[in-house]
Amino acid sequence: MSRLIDRRMGFFLIALFIAVVAIPVGNLVMEGKPVASYVVQLSGKYLCYALLAVALDLVWGYCGILSLGHGAFFALGGYAMGMHLMREIGTRGVYGDPVLPDFMVFLSYEELPWFWLGFDQFWFAALMAMVVPGVLAFLFGWFAFRSRVSGVYLSIITQAMTYALMLAFFRNEMGFGGNNGLTDFKDVLGFDLQSDATRAGLFVASAVALVAGLLIAKAIALSQLGKVLIGIRDAEDRTRFLGYRVEGYKLFVFVVSAMMAGVAGALYTPQVGIINPGEFSPANSIEIVIWVALGGRGTLVGAAIGAIFVALAKTFLTGWIPEIWLFALGGLFVFVTLFMPKGILGVIEDGWGRIRRPTVRKEVTP
Amino acid sequence: MLGLLRRTLLIFLLTPSFLMAQDFENLVTLLPEGDFDDRGRVVNQIAVSGDDRALPLLEMLTNGELSYLRETGRIVTLREEGDDDVAYDALSDERIGVVGRRDARDIRVNNGLRRDIAAAIGRMGLQSPDPAVRLDAAQRAFRARDPAQIAALTDALSAESEPHVATVFEQARAAAILQSDDAVQADKRAAIAVLAARGDRDALSALSPALSDPALVADAQAATDEIERSIASWGLAQNLWYGISLGSVLMLAAIGLAITFGVMGVINMAHGELVMIGAYTTYLVQETIRNSFPEMFGWSLAIAVPLAFLTAGAVGVAIERGVVRYLYGRPLETLLATWGISLILQQAVRSIFGPNNREVGNPDWMSGAVDVGQMAMTWNRIWILVFALAVFAALLLVLNRTPIGLQMRAVTQNRSMAANMGIRTGWVDAMTFGLGAGVAGLAGVALSQIDNVSPNLGQSYIVDSFMVVVFGGAGNLWGAFAGAFTLGIATKFMEPWVGAVLAKILILVAIILFIQKRPRGLFALKGRAVDS
Repeated sequence: MSRLIDRRMGFFLIALFIAVVAIPVGNLVMEGKPVASYVVQLSGKYLCYALLAVALDLVWGYCGILSLGHGAFFALGGYAMGMHLMREIGTRGVYGDPVLPDFMVFLSYEELPWFWLGFDQFWFAALMAMVVPGVLAFLFGWFAFRSRVSGVYLSIITQAMTYALMLAFFRNEMGFGGNNGLTDFKDVLGFDLQSDATRAGLFVASAVALVAGLLIAKAIALSQLGKVLIGIRDAEDRTRFLGYRVEGYKLFVFVVSAMMAGVAGALYTPQVGIINPGEFSPANSIEIVIWVALGGRGTLVGAAIGAIFVALAKTFLTGWIPEIWLFALGGLFVFVTLFMPKGILGVIEDGWGRIRRPTVRKEVTP
Repeated sequence: MLGLLRRTLLIFLLTPSFLMAQDFENLVTLLPEGDFDDRGRVVNQIAVSGDDRALPLLEMLTNGELSYLRETGRIVTLREEGDDDVAYDALSDERIGVVGRRDARDIRVNNGLRRDIAAAIGRMGLQSPDPAVRLDAAQRAFRARDPAQIAALTDALSAESEPHVATVFEQARAAAILQSDDAVQADKRAAIAVLAARGDRDALSALSPALSDPALVADAQAATDEIERSIASWGLAQNLWYGISLGSVLMLAAIGLAITFGVMGVINMAHGELVMIGAYTTYLVQETIRNSFPEMFGWSLAIAVPLAFLTAGAVGVAIERGVVRYLYGRPLETLLATWGISLILQQAVRSIFGPNNREVGNPDWMSGAVDVGQMAMTWNRIWILVFALAVFAALLLVLNRTPIGLQMRAVTQNRSMAANMGIRTGWVDAMTFGLGAGVAGLAGVALSQIDNVSPNLGQSYIVDSFMVVVFGGAGNLWGAFAGAFTLGIATKFMEPWVGAVLAKILILVAIILFIQKRPRGLFALKGRAVDS
């Protein structure tokens, strides 16, 4: 247990716990609402991003698979939940059709397409939010890893995958709302999505999911399997020559990561109130990578911190001077790759180490 | 009372001597007068007047689009705007104003008059001194297929000196003969042969009357089959041309990427933005020329080509020296850093030039289209293909016949061995990156002619260019060549079947599957250095 929750993880979990208690209390209980409702919503969104970053860090940081398509798994999870929320609207839509969502009535669908069946059940949607990304990751990874597509080539075709999905979801004929995506949600599990209590609940749920994701990823990294993954990351051929079936390991971790991303997406949709094909855009997926790189690749906690940091910066900068945001983000990419290969966490821990054991270090270095 | 007066005037005016002196506008106001025979006479007078406005006027008349205002007698055409009818002067197209239902009356035509008008229109064009007008009239006659025009067409054919106009005359005459009831069988057979030689969709419809004639049906059926084959093969050719044209664009966009990826193993995510820089350079060159030397506009692209190469190349060298060289051996980090640079370049251009599309014009020699058989090829697409091939040839020369090319190939094949042989690999990298970036700039010049010049220009090509490189295989110019044209042609052949978006998706899926079979593309580099 103590290995699972090491010092970094401990600090992070404590900070997260404080936030999970303070934010809802500040919003719901205290007089005068010191925490505004939109802050709860934003924080919940950040935690979803953090979970997505942890998912990517698991494959990139521990297995060396730089996926530029993780946004696709996230968006698929989001769509699965969005479909459920669309069905929940029921007769409250503009056209008041008890079965068909508004956009289907608008596009004159006669009946629900087969792939929408079952999404009126919450458990089914929640399951699909993990299964669909998982299956896609399995198929994609099975093809890619078996034929030893790796490195930059793999990155490029993951990007092609999310790009193709984006084009597909933009089509009205696909039956996922086309350009506009899915929106106008009313409630989830009977709770009104506009109410503060529901928002706080979703925020707490996101935090729980993030902690679960962190612990699962950490457990994988610490296990026997995790050691092999690190071996694959550092010397894939050598690991293969030692007799490990590299494809199987990669496939496993890729699928787990995709399902984690799907969960993040499923929690994201009800909090932002919309899911549209823009989430599949390749630029989004690359942005996830910079969260991980900034926080510290292969640290899990760092990935979560990086995601929250960048998302915060985005919120502030785009509100403050919109033009500067892309300069800042672009500069961040360059700066982090050039000067901070270990990310924020690496910088902090190096600094911490120097303060605590300055003499020991000197003795060790010849 | 007024009507009676005008009627008298009409009779008076139609005496030939007076008419010659009468001016066109007055003639036109006589159209509503009298019965259909009177109207036919006026039509004939209009037709021989030689006035430019006669043809459109007669066409409007035969289509029943002409009316006259009861109060002033002015000849107008009515157009619906919202719920109102608005009158426009039939000759000058000047807006007169909203008219009530009772203020204007249609000038009616019957079938007899329509025939007269068609014949008059036909004669007007067929005898024009301008070959272009004659050609136009001949094509019109071809579509009209009016047996009444056979005589006029025969006359025109014997007088015609331009061979390409004469061909159309002959085809028009053939179409009219097939339509006529009293032409002899031999003439009709000859007509079928003429139409079969034309071989397009219009010829097919001109042949249709012969198919119902038992004496001709065998000939006509054979001709129809032949034409359908010809249409199908021209359709194929047209698709092929679209595909080649798309392929040339893809190749321009991707070939610079292939160079940097091949030599340095580096994916330059800012490649699309370098293309954009090339396009904006073209825009700046054209702006300067428009403002200072408008007469040089035809040369703007020739000036933009070297400037775009140098600008984008300089930015490329700066990126390599400033960032990429610190990330050697870490291709994934390079990918991220260059993506960051692409965001910065995009936003910089957006801040300087604004987010909207910039106007980049086509010089005269690049606008318009040329018909080859039954397919249309626009000049800008033709020039871009020529340009792409020229760039490709130049790159082949540079890589295979110059010292720097030799060094680049050496570094591609084995970096450390090349370094051991005294090649300054760092310098080669900078030059390679600069060359790749410069070629991206050239692509920008070409793309500015067919696409919107906006800060997002590069983004829209980046995924496609990657696909070309991944499909063709890095490190080999022929890989990019084959990849670009295969993808271009495959896309364009799929588009008529499944639509543009689905075609693109299918292509992407096909590439993802293809990569499984050949993880390093069509033209994979073989050797020990590959897995380094």
